[in-house]
Parts: sequence; structure tokens; C-alpha cells
Amino acid sequence: MLHVLIAAATLVCAIQAVRAARLLVSALWLAGASALVALEMYLLGAPEIAVIELSVGAGLVTVLFVFAINLTGEENLDERRMIPRPLAWVLLFSAGALLLIFILPGINQPATGQVYGTFREIFWEDRQLDTLLQILMILAGVLGVLGLLSDQKTDLTPSQKEHRA
Amino acid sequence: MTISIPTTVIIMVLGLIGIGIYALLTTRHLLKVIVALQLLVKGAMLALVLAGRLTGQEDLGQSLAITVIIADTIVAVIGMALAVQVRRVIGTLDLRSLTSLRR
Repeated sequence: MLHVLIAAATLVCAIQAVRAARLLVSALWLAGASALVALEMYLLGAPEIAVIELSVGAGLVTVLFVFAINLTGEENLDERRMIPRPLAWVLLFSAGALLLIFILPGINQPATGQVYGTFREIFWEDRQLDTLLQILMILAGVLGVLGLLSDQKTDLTPSQKEHRA
Repeated sequence: MTISIPTTVIIMVLGLIGIGIYALLTTRHLLKVIVALQLLVKGAMLALVLAGRLTGQEDLGQSLAITVIIADTIVAVIGMALAVQVRRVIGTLDLRSLTSLRR
């Protein structure tokens, strides 16, 4: 019952995050969805992931969102869409059908795969290269934040930009 | 009638991925695109944790989910930095004005 409630609340939060007209409201709904996903992960027996998701997904990303909205300002675009709405629905349903085709056959199969080891062994020993790449990604993220924070006074005129390029 | 936990989580995963794809297809706002991507990836992450649980390899699924969280956060951060710079240079966050091919 609790799982059904969490699932319903998450989907409501997600729909509101997409529908909200103001970006700030959208970011807050996204944080709510993130917190509920973290709760669901905790209930599924993944407390480490839940903690990371809660602190990073609901905390850090929301703070950065508010910061970015502050820097860019609210902007109301008119209602024209990127693609027509019926086409979006068709693409959405075909994607959902594909997912179901792949997921459904495996859902009730008994667990047969061998267990590869504990979380620590898998993360630090089996997937060393991935861990290394994650560190590189974090560095890239730091550079991204530096770009976000880069000084405002480099407002060049187009001719200056051409000159500099 | 009770709904089993895996079924509930799969509905949640499908819902999150569906909402994310729909928003990605329809929105024109650069920051809303990042919101949509976040929702999409949350669904994928939940699917990884669930798959680990269903196949009895919880630790493998969880270690993959950590990678997904990190990648997702970096994508969001770089996307926001990009949005700030686009806003500064072009003056709008409308995705249509990012193209130089006018219709």
C-alpha cells in the first residue's frame, strides 16, 4: 500500500514539474519527486543509493537549479511546441510499448544469475575503470560550475568576439 | 486486490520515463529540458535498483545506480552552465532560437 502511495505521489510530482509554468515551482516539484524516489529506493533495500539520491538529486540539483534560474531569470515562452502534440503522444506510446515488450518477459523469472560480490567489492574492484571515469566526470562538473559562475563582465560585442576568435 | 511491489515500481518507472520523454519532445525551454532529463534518469535509476533486486544481484544494481546518479548530476550541472551562457550570449532560452537554420 505504501509503495502504491509513493508511486502515485511521485508521478503527480513529476507531472507537476513538467506542467508548472514557473521554473522555480517546477524545480521544487522535481525536488519532491526526487525525495520520493529516494524513499522508494530505501524501501527497496538500497539505503546507500537513497541517501546519495536524496542529498544530490533533491538537494544539490535543486540548489543549482534555483541558482541558474536566478542567473537566467524567468522567461515565459509562448505555447508553440517543439513538435506537434499528437506526434509526441505517438512517439511516447511506441517507446512505452517497446519498454514493456522488453521488461514483461523477464519480470517473473526466478533469480538465476550468480552473485558477483558485495557492494564494496563490485564498486572498488570490479568496476575500477568506471570509478575512474566517474572521478573525471566530477572534474568536468566542477568545470561546468566554474562556467556557471564565470564573471559577468565578459560581455563582448560581436565584433570583439570575432576579433578574439 | 493487492499490487505486488515490483509491479508498482515498474509502473513508477514507466510513468517517470514516459513523462520525461513527453516533456523532452514538447518543451522548448532549455532549463525545462534539464528537468525532463532528470525525471527520465530517475526512472532508469529506479529500474536498475529493481532489476538488481529481482535478479538477486542487489549490489551490482546499486553500484550501477551510483554511476547513473553521478552522470545525471554532471549532465544537469553542465546543462545549467550552458543555459546561463546561452542566455548571456543569445538573450533567450528558447531552443528554437539556438538554430541558425531559419524556416
